[in-house]
Order: sequence, then C-alpha cells, then structure tokens
Amino acid sequence: MSTAQDTPGAHGGDHRFESIAAIRQSLADVDYLADDGIAGVVYLADRLDKPVLVEGPAGTGKTELAKSVARLTGARLVRLQCYEGLDESKALYEWNYKKQLLRIQADAGQSWDKLEEDIFAEDFLLTRPLLEAIRSPEPVVLLVDEVDRVELETEALLLEVLSEYQVSIPELGTVRATTIPMVFLTSNNTRELSEALKRRCLFLHLDYPDVERERAIVEARVPGISAQLADQVARIVRSIRSLDLKKHPSVSETLDWARTLVVLGIETVDATVAVGTLNILLKYRSDIEKAAKELAGLDAPS
Amino acid sequence: MDLLTGFVGELRAAGIPVSLTEHLDAAQALEHLPLEDRQALKYALGASLVKSATHWRAYETAFEVYFSLQRGARLAEAGGEEGAEGSEARSDTSAVGQGQGQGAGTGRGTGGGGGMTPEELARLLYAALAGGNDAMVGAVARYAVTRYAGMEPGRPVGGTYYLYRTLRNLDLDGVLERLMAEARAASASVGSPPPPGEQPADELGTSADQTGPLDGLTALEERLLRDEYRSRIDALKAEIEAEIRRRLVADRGAEALAKSLRKPLPEDVDVMHASREEMAALNRALRPLARKLAVRLARKRRHGRRGPLDFRSTMRHALSTGGVPVDPRFRYPRPAKPEIMVVADISGSVASFARFTLHLVHAINSQFSKVRSFVFVDGIDEVTGLFEGADDPADAVHRINTEADVVWVDGHSDYGHALAVFLERWGEEITPRTSVLLLGDARNNYHASNAWVLKDVRERARHVYWLNPEPRSYWDSGDSIVSEYGTHCDAVVECRTLRQLEAFVGELT
Ligand SMILES: Nc1ncnc2c1ncn2[C@@H]1O[C@H](COP(=O)(O)OP(=O)(O)OP(=O)(O)O)[C@@H](O)[C@H]1O
Ligand SMILES: [Mg+2]
Repeated sequence: MSTAQDTPGAHGGDHRFESIAAIRQSLADVDYLADDGIAGVVYLADRLDKPVLVEGPAGTGKTELAKSVARLTGARLVRLQCYEGLDESKALYEWNYKKQLLRIQADAGQSWDKLEEDIFAEDFLLTRPLLEAIRSPEPVVLLVDEVDRVELETEALLLEVLSEYQVSIPELGTVRATTIPMVFLTSNNTRELSEALKRRCLFLHLDYPDVERERAIVEARVPGISAQLADQVARIVRSIRSLDLKKHPSVSETLDWARTLVVLGIETVDATVAVGTLNILLKYRSDIEKAAKELAGLDAPS
Repeated sequence: MDLLTGFVGELRAAGIPVSLTEHLDAAQALEHLPLEDRQALKYALGASLVKSATHWRAYETAFEVYFSLQRGARLAEAGGEEGAEGSEARSDTSAVGQGQGQGAGTGRGTGGGGGMTPEELARLLYAALAGGNDAMVGAVARYAVTRYAGMEPGRPVGGTYYLYRTLRNLDLDGVLERLMAEARAASASVGSPPPPGEQPADELGTSADQTGPLDGLTALEERLLRDEYRSRIDALKAEIEAEIRRRLVADRGAEALAKSLRKPLPEDVDVMHASREEMAALNRALRPLARKLAVRLARKRRHGRRGPLDFRSTMRHALSTGGVPVDPRFRYPRPAKPEIMVVADISGSVASFARFTLHLVHAINSQFSKVRSFVFVDGIDEVTGLFEGADDPADAVHRINTEADVVWVDGHSDYGHALAVFLERWGEEITPRTSVLLLGDARNNYHASNAWVLKDVRERARHVYWLNPEPRSYWDSGDSIVSEYGTHCDAVVECRTLRQLEAFVGELT
C-alpha cells in the first residue's frame, strides 16, 4: 500500500470491503448481480485506490455498477456525464462571470487589484462534478459516464485529477481530497482512450451475463416475476444472443421484455408469445425475422 | 513474485503491452487477492494488466497456464489445502504426473479414470451432460484425457492434436443427438419436456403450440434445450482443453507451453491468411474499429481546434468597455468537405482483404456523404449506392459481391484495364479536394499496367494512396507491379492487419 499512502488523502488501511464475496453479497443486496470478476475488480479498486474503467456493450450494467457501489457504501454519487465538447469549465469549475460582472459594475470606482481579489473568491466559484467530488466532506462515488465521448484535452484533465486527487485553482490554491473517492469511468469504446488514462485505471470489460446471472438479474429487477418465467426469459435471450444479429439484446432489453410479459400476465413463453413480443428485445426488422425463424420456426408478424 | 514476472514476460511476448506501472500494480494486487479464488484472481489481476478487450483471450490463455494450472503447486507452497473442486479427480491428475514417465498416453493409465472402459466413460459422460453437474463434467474431462488423448511426454506441442483426439473419441455430436432424442421421447410420453438437469420439470413451458413436432417438444423448446446442452458441451470441451494444458505444464513447464500456445493478437492477424477462428475474432474486432474510425472521422470533420477562453483578459476587456455583456462563443471552423474515392480490387486473390476494406469503406461512408466507392476485377463498377441505407457492413459486402458488375473478360484482375475505365468514366469528377484510395495487391496477371492513368489521376486529385495487403517482401515479385503504380502515389502502405489499417487511417485523418 506504500504508493497509496503517498497519495494525499489516502485512507490507508481503512478499507470499504472485507472480501470479494462480501462485495458480491452487498451488491446483490442492492439488486446488482455481479460475478466474481466484477466483484474482484471493485475489491481491488478499493484496496489500491484506483479508478475503474468499465467498458462493454450498451446496457450491460456499467453505469448501474457505479450507482450500486454508491448505494451499498452509503456514499453520495457524483456523476459527470460526458459529451462531445465537455470542457474544464463544465467538468471542474468555472468562475461565475455574470455575478462577477455585476460586482464589477456595482463597484465601478474600485481599483482593479482590489476588485480582482474580491471577485475571484469562493462566492463566485461554480463547482462542477470533478471538484465537487474532490471537495466533498462526506464519502462519494465519482462516476465519469461515457468518457469516450470527450476530446483528448478533457481526457488529459481527467487524468490529472485522477492521478493527484487534487485540483489547483490559481486564485484559491490547491484543493485536496480528504478521502480518495471510488471512481468509475464508463466507456462504450467509440474511441481509443489514451494509454496514460488506461494505465492509471483498472480495466473491467463487462459483457453480457451468463444465463444464471441474467436469470438472477431478472428476478431481482422485475417485481412479481415467477422463477420459472425468469428462467425461461434468460434462456431465450441466451439463444437469441447466439444468433448472428446486427444488434444483440442488452440486459435492459431483457428486463423490458420480462416486465412486459409480467404485465401481460404471461406464465409461460411459447413460440407465439415469444415471436409476438420480439420487437421489445430486438430493434432491427431483419433481426426480428431471423430470430423468429431460428427460435420457433415462425414468421414474424408484420 | 517470480511467477508474476514470468507471467508478465509472457504477456509481453504475446504482444500485450504491459508497462512497468502496470506490472507494479499487479504485484500490489497479488498481495490483496486470494489466490484460491481463481475467477476473481483472473479478473482482478487482468484489470491491472490488460486494458483492451481484444487482448483478453490471449491473457486468459497465459493466465491459465501460469496460474490456474499451477494452483496445486502454489497452494502447497502457501501451505494451503488442496483445490476444493472435484476431489475424486485429484488422484487422477497426480497419477498423470507419475504416468507420463511411462507413457501416459497408452490409455491404460494408473489413476481413477484409466481403468474405465470406453462404455463406462460414455455412460459417465452422458450422465454428466444430462445432469449439468460441474464436478462430474470436470471428472469426465480428466478421465477422457487419460483414456483418449494419447499424450506423449516431452513433445513440444500446444495440445491441439490431443484435444482433437480426445473429442473425436467422445463423439459429442452423437451424444447431443441422443440427449435430444431422449428429451423428445420423455416429453412425448409425459406430455411435458423433461428436466434439463435440476430444473423444475415444467420449466420450458407445457403449451403444445401449433409448431410443435408430434414427438413432444415444440420448436422453441427444442431450440432452448439444444442450446442448454450445447453450453454444457462447450464447458466440457473447455475443461478438456484445460486438463490437457495442465498436464502439458506439468510435463514441459509453463514458459514453454505458453510459448507454444501464443497466437497473434486480433489486430495483428494477417487478413490474407487468417484461420476461420482468427477471422471470426478479426471481424469482432473490426466492428468497433470501424465505429471508432467513423467517430474519429466525424469529429475531425466537425471540429477544428479552437483556442481556450482567456477569462481574465475577457474580464479586463469587459471592464474597459464599461461592462458589455460577456458571452463567450466558440466558433468552429468549417473545413471544406473532403471527398474520398475508394477503388478496391475484389478479385479472388484478395477476397478476404476486400471484405476487410469494404468494412472500412462502409465506416467512412457513414460519415461522409462525399465518398464514392468503386470495385473492380478486370471490369470496374461504382458501388456507392449499395452502401447507402445499409446499416450493416456485412449486408453491403454481400450486395457488392452479388450485384456489382466487375467482370469484363475472364474474372482475373486486370488493373490496367480497370484503371483506364475508371479514368475514362469518372476522371472528370476527381477534384483537387479528392483523396483517392486504391486497395489491392497490384497482381496484374501480366496485363498492361496503364500506370499513366494514375499519373493523370494524381494530377487531378489531392492525394493518391495505395494500400497493399501483401507483405512488403512480396511486392514486385511475379506479376506484382505495385512499384510501377506506386511512383504515382503519395504513399504505398502495407496493410495486412487491423493495426496497420488503423495506423494508416490515423495518419490519413
Ligand atoms: N448486473 C446487473 N444487476 C442488476 N441489474 C443490471 C445488471 N446489469 C444491468 N442491469 C440493468 O440493466 C440496466 C442497464 O444498465 P446500465 O444503464 O448500467 O447499462 P450501461 O452498461 O451503462 O449501458 P450504456 O452503455 O447504454 O450506458 C440497468 O438499469 C439495470 O437495471
Ligand atoms: Mg451507461
């Protein structure tokens, strides 16, 4: 742990989790079904005080993992939603120039030096998620969602913050984290992230869950579903994912489908039901037709 | 930590870039991780060493060799108890350790499985798959390897042949059909499908819908049950492979085995000579690459760089002008739309390369309206329209292969003719903003090169690039005349792997 203790604000020795099994269990308690891989990486992130970069197809529980870890540790979730064009002023902090301007106009007689001191003070600072996470007195989980959308410069800024866990504001001085927050970055892999950022992070590739885990997710997340239906849903989705399709169903789509079946009062999925509701699982017409044929030997309804 | 150093060395040798920081992270990670929990160990250690999903397979193989397979030894070192799973098999595994000196491959073996008759083994196999019992599957794997793999100590092999021999003797396809037949029969007699394993009897649904065959299972039930058994069979195959590797590690050591198992990473697979399995991995890697390229191209197009806002100076300025509202606005320069013309050889000699590049064209196409695509063999045809509205590159490739009119005389590449026709029909449309990308091996079957065409094209165009899927050392040998064309190009680039393609596009954009 030596490197971690060198870092400012490390909570040396003080860990959030007892064991990998304990993480799995606590995640399950907040209805997030992890496997040993996911739990192992979260465990290590806590021990080594490292951010986790979570990558994988859409709807596989990347964002939800961060939220669930926040929930189970009782930490506040601070979320930085990334988008193209996100910059320092939206990610870190910004001076409230409108307010500054008002003050300047109000104190028009003042010297610039005096004014400058006044207006670059705490009151005029707009705190953005990264700074917020670092300054927070209570524990937080920082979620940097869809980091692959930002430009390289913003990524460099992130890297700086995540290496030092401190932010220096020229006018105010350096702000250090009192506790190193758990950090999750998610990516849909639309862009190659910089080597430096990847080196800094633990890497977790989230893929579609296996049939047992998906069944458990369905049971946890769909109120009122029977064990039998949940099992059937998971199996059918597995079969569909084994087909060569343009887009495979995500976990969120599995859940949407399962909820629909429950609302429709369906106990058992037969071919007719499956084919009639495939449009909830699959988005492309050609995929729906293929799945209907492969699964049930039926034509999809038009 | 010797084990880790060796392991990291193997990862690097396999092409996975592991930095010093990451090596140290992994060392630190090992201090915190329970060695006996292999799944968690694999992922957590992997999280600190492997930062790309396409490298995961190579990592898993190396991990298996260095960690999982040596767990007996490691645990003994650590004073821990023996592996928790499959205790009946342990004696068997160690028996092979002894057995290999006397030729473990003869099938008589010494351990528990060796004495089993083929009939007994087949029955055990059937029961293991029918019941979906992991411990039993593990045991079957060990018995089967002892009985059928015919492993010979000291041979420098990776085990593919042993795997093949074991699987052939197990006849898993036949077993699958028997399992299905039994399920159908049971379902017909009871009126509901049988339990696959320990699941409740009616889990697959009981409704006999109209598509159900007469013998009991509906088409849907049949499909789900088959997929379930298939996944169990896959698990068995993986177990068998792991068992063979375990024995090979015992025989040859981790380092030597890992070396035999090394394969190129997906981005380094030679497109022209990829095995079916490699091609599948390549295609999986190609989709995200194409998507990435598309995003990158789009971004480059929309944004030039913009200067950062200097806030203080803005404020001072506002002050001096009496506090005129400050409303910073960023202006994005709007670069002229680049135009791209892609001209690709899709003849037999470069078929797999053509597929690969057409995916790239598709990616470019989805971002630029000004992309025109042409394919040729000895004739040439424009296929821009075939990409339109195709959201799946595979569709577009299929349509091009079936609809494009590219054969002029005999369907053997004739670059000279194809290029001449290209210039004649579309030459007027090449402008100083056009980049022309030529894709092919320049194997011209000894036809006339018509290299002057490219000279003309280059005078009209902004850039002309040639991507050649052949190794550089083959260029200009036999009927390849790539240099003759190359003198009229801005660059001729070897492009046989995803990595090379990515590098080229990176420079292009
Ligand atoms: N392991 C899991 N346990 C419980 N629920 C899950 C799990 N994985 C996914 N889900 C469900 O799937 C939904 C989608 O997950 P999430 O939004 O985290 O996906 P994502 O990977 O972030 O997708 P995107 O790439 O589209 O942002 C969640 O709302 C959650 O209900
Ligand atoms: Mg998300």
